[in-house]
Amino acid sequence: MSQGFPILSLVTWLPIAFGVAVLALASDRNPAPARWTALAGSILGFVAGIPLWTGFSLAAGGAMQFEELAPWIPLFNVNYHLGVDGISMPLILLNSFMTVLVVIAHWEVVTEKVGQYLAAFLIMSGLINGTFAALDAILFYVFFEAMLIPMFLIIGVWGGPNRVYAAVKFFLYTLLGSLLMLAAFIYLYHQTNGSFEILDYHKLPLTMTAQVLVFLAMFMSFAVKVPMWPVHTWLPDAHVEAPTGGSVILAAITLKIGAYGFLRFNMPIAPDASHALAGFMITLSLVAVVYIGLVALVQSDMKKLIAYSSISHMGFVTLGFFLFNAEGVLGGLIQMVSHGFISAAMFLCVGVLYDRVHSRQISAYGGVANTMPVFAAFFVLFAMANSGLPATSGFVGEFFVIMGAVKVNFWYAFLAATTLIFGAAYTLWMVKRVVYGEVANPDVAALKDVNGRELAFLALLAACVLAMGIYPKPFADVMNPTILELLQHVTASKLR
Amino acid sequence: MDLMTLATVAAFAPLAGAALAGLLGWKLGRAFAHTVTIASVAISFLASLAILGDVAAGQSLSAPLYTWIAGDGWSIHVGFLVDRLTAVMMLVVTFVSLMVHVYTIGYMADDPGYQRFFSYISLFTFSMLMLVMADNFLQLFFGWEAVGLVSYLLIGFWFKRPTAIYANLKAFLVNRVGDFGFLLGIGFVFAAFGTLDYAAVFRAAPDFAGTVVEIVPGADWSLLTVICVGLFIGAMGKSAQFPLHVWLPDSMEGPTPISALIHAATMVTAGIFMVARMSPLFELSQAALSMVIVVGAVTAFFMALVAIVQVDIKRVVAYSTLSQLGYMTMALGAAAYPIAIFHLMTHAFFKAVLFLGAGSVIIALHHEQDMRKMGGLRKYLPWTYATVLIGAIANAGLPPFSGFFSKESIIEALHLSQTPGAGFAYLLALGGVFVGAFYTFRLVFFAFHGKERFRDAHGHAHAAAEEPGHEEFHGTPHESPWVVTLPLVLLAIPSVVIGWWAIQPMLYGGWFGSSIASTATMAEMAKLFHGAGAMVLHAFGTLPFWLDVAGVALAAYLYLVRPDLPAVIKAKSGVLATILERKYGFDDFNDWFFAGGARALGEGLAKWGDRTIIDGIMVNGTARLVGWFAGVARRVQTGYVYHYAFTMIIGVFALLTLWLYHARI
Repeated sequence: MSQGFPILSLVTWLPIAFGVAVLALASDRNPAPARWTALAGSILGFVAGIPLWTGFSLAAGGAMQFEELAPWIPLFNVNYHLGVDGISMPLILLNSFMTVLVVIAHWEVVTEKVGQYLAAFLIMSGLINGTFAALDAILFYVFFEAMLIPMFLIIGVWGGPNRVYAAVKFFLYTLLGSLLMLAAFIYLYHQTNGSFEILDYHKLPLTMTAQVLVFLAMFMSFAVKVPMWPVHTWLPDAHVEAPTGGSVILAAITLKIGAYGFLRFNMPIAPDASHALAGFMITLSLVAVVYIGLVALVQSDMKKLIAYSSISHMGFVTLGFFLFNAEGVLGGLIQMVSHGFISAAMFLCVGVLYDRVHSRQISAYGGVANTMPVFAAFFVLFAMANSGLPATSGFVGEFFVIMGAVKVNFWYAFLAATTLIFGAAYTLWMVKRVVYGEVANPDVAALKDVNGRELAFLALLAACVLAMGIYPKPFADVMNPTILELLQHVTASKLR
Repeated sequence: MDLMTLATVAAFAPLAGAALAGLLGWKLGRAFAHTVTIASVAISFLASLAILGDVAAGQSLSAPLYTWIAGDGWSIHVGFLVDRLTAVMMLVVTFVSLMVHVYTIGYMADDPGYQRFFSYISLFTFSMLMLVMADNFLQLFFGWEAVGLVSYLLIGFWFKRPTAIYANLKAFLVNRVGDFGFLLGIGFVFAAFGTLDYAAVFRAAPDFAGTVVEIVPGADWSLLTVICVGLFIGAMGKSAQFPLHVWLPDSMEGPTPISALIHAATMVTAGIFMVARMSPLFELSQAALSMVIVVGAVTAFFMALVAIVQVDIKRVVAYSTLSQLGYMTMALGAAAYPIAIFHLMTHAFFKAVLFLGAGSVIIALHHEQDMRKMGGLRKYLPWTYATVLIGAIANAGLPPFSGFFSKESIIEALHLSQTPGAGFAYLLALGGVFVGAFYTFRLVFFAFHGKERFRDAHGHAHAAAEEPGHEEFHGTPHESPWVVTLPLVLLAIPSVVIGWWAIQPMLYGGWFGSSIASTATMAEMAKLFHGAGAMVLHAFGTLPFWLDVAGVALAAYLYLVRPDLPAVIKAKSGVLATILERKYGFDDFNDWFFAGGARALGEGLAKWGDRTIIDGIMVNGTARLVGWFAGVARRVQTGYVYHYAFTMIIGVFALLTLWLYHARI
């Protein structure tokens, strides 16, 4: 194995190191050093990840790239093993990018415990990158669990009035799921005669019963993260209480870890069980699309509405995966990246309003376009992307999932395509009530349009959303070889 | 320049104009915004003219611009297909758009959103061109949704008005219902053909003529029928066909120039164009054509009836548009695709005239749209009157104006068509001729002739929607400035002559060549055609002509001779008038059933599903269960170290046993 420059270690540990530094610089009286250090750290973290994209070999098929391997706990054969393929690499870049945005977005908004706030985000960013890059089950588990802590703190410390309830709900929900995953790892460790290598698990033949049990154990962990219906109720609560930055990372990145888990663990480790349970997974996904779409329609709190919208969109991801065809999986993966941009943008937009009016209620607004025309233009753009308008990234993923669904079963496609109507209905109805109309109240009349900092992150995200919608080929090119290999792998039975 | 360059310039010039006006307009001012957009659309128009010349000379183009996405064995491009069908559409779109751009200078002169408006209409022109120039289904869908987006933005242009932002949301959602079918249709195309390129799909389509799919268990449906029905549902949304027509009348909340451009001349005809483009597929599905012809017939006749009772000048024209779109759809169903496109073209000109003429009246009366407050305007607005009269004659289908040729051809095609349902459509089409002539001339006589009701101070029936800046009007109306009347005149000219001039080459001269499937109906029609002159002469002896005359005569009697009668008739017709005024109750039903139903369902799921069952029973129930367990476990936690130590030893012992047991196997 060629051990080149350890880029993956860099993108994992650089943000964490900066996070620790920011913690050391934290000072409530003078937050500037912490802020600038955090900005530098987040940008460096993103820049460090760019070679992953530029140096990514499309010819490598589904093989892992940029691998790093070193013994960690030799006694149990636990290794520090990192590597990325076409599934994880884009997610690492997405995460590093979002960290930069979150740091920019916090600037004038968070004024209490600034250093600690930023440190939590930087450390979490590194841990998430580690989660995506880990190829050793225990390493994965450690990152996966450790990541909960900063998010728990972000919600619990900088959150809204009901933050403690939301934080505990978030923590318990996600922790309970992952304990079963650990049990599955220990089982697989025994079955492979002492290996924690995820790629070894991929090759391990298992009986159907074992596959189903492993699948379900991991399902509990990942389904909560996605979140899939009916274990989704922690998400709206968490979003409502989380500060804007927390919501951005939660929606844009942490949800993706659950979906990523299905691709990295469930499907390749238990392919026969995955096929057997595909109907179950698809049903849950479609319930998410339709049921949650309807629930989103009646939300009166903007953040809750976007949270439900996220669940519905993530339903597309899991639907796409369990169609077991190239269009579906590609659609799901693209939807993951796209939803990262769009949900982040939507939450940041709500954040922009919240910072001025201090309300998330739709009814507290009306006619925002009169006083914030530039903001309104961005908000409408992102709303359209959220409704899956072509030429925005939101369309690409949904389109391919629907294309994949038609191949499998018309009714899957039929139910999935209802999102064209529901997605537009709940998003644009919110736009109508918030952005359009006469100036509704003195708060709206007093609104000031976006400042340069806000313009910067909104414009960045708008560029991403449009670029990915107009030219998604580079993303698909990176993902396709891995998808093909994955599908080949899961088509072959590995029953023992 | 070669065709590719011309096509690229034609498509992207308006995008550049829109971007410049949108991003810099606020800084560089109004003159900049209208200059740059008009220049860009003019360039696009000239390029389209050049393209028309090239394709007339036999050239065509089908080339990718770039690869949008690619996968294992398939790829989807963004590219241009420029053939004779495309060239006609491009010319119509860019010409009407150019006229509307010029007109807007006058119409929107006092509006604070001037630059934004120009940016939007140029963006619309770009989107519409991408739609008609697409060489694959995906790009078609791109253009399809993009024009929908711009339509949404423009209907809600005056975003302070509750009615406007209700109308634009409604328009978008109803269109999304259509798109739902459209996307599933595209899904079937991709699943079956493995490609989205028109050429490849059309080539392979005959091989799939016998393929069936089982959507409902036990029923085998033809794959191509399923595809065509899906695509046509999309067309029903965009081209406002019954029962997805409900958004179009409300779209009149938008400023009048876009009513002319988007909601009459171009965007709403996208569905018609699409079906004509897909004619190789529709030709293979008799069942789909049958659906098309029936939907078109219902739309053509029943929407015309609603136009009779409208008092808002724009809404009369809007219902007229619905009816005319129904005629185009019937022509498609009759497998007379070239005639549908022919009517699309003539309609684009005369309907734009009617809308822009109505707009000219509206500004002359300081944003009054209610015809009950007009009357006698012909003396004050001579240019507007003359052009509206031309538009009306064409709209009613009186010879020898353009509408006559296209409408008469449609009726003839329905007569000859073998599509099941053609007889039904023929009858409704004839009925529609009478009604159409009546409502069109009712508008002319009501608004331009008779008593000058705009001088009355009373009669404040504010039933009609009013554009902002409305104030009670008491003075003498003045003819609109030249930027308004010039486009009217330039659009009125083709409204008169284009039918006479184009019918022979376009329908029977093989103009469309291979760009539209050739059909038996068209072959039959060709046998009966002996030139435009003969067609006019022949018309005087046919039923449609006399139905037309009867309609005009009735309008003249009711609105010129006995203007007191309409009110009496309305009072006596009771339920019928109410049904028409309520537009058959569709809006009420949709608001109650779909909008209300979805909200009620959402509330129910949120309350019972999420809060009661999931959070209440499952989550908090688990928490209580854990609490109970903790209560039990608390008794174990005695606080004595030796208890813990003992427990640990037991645990270690158990684990060791387990490990040894495993090691042995």
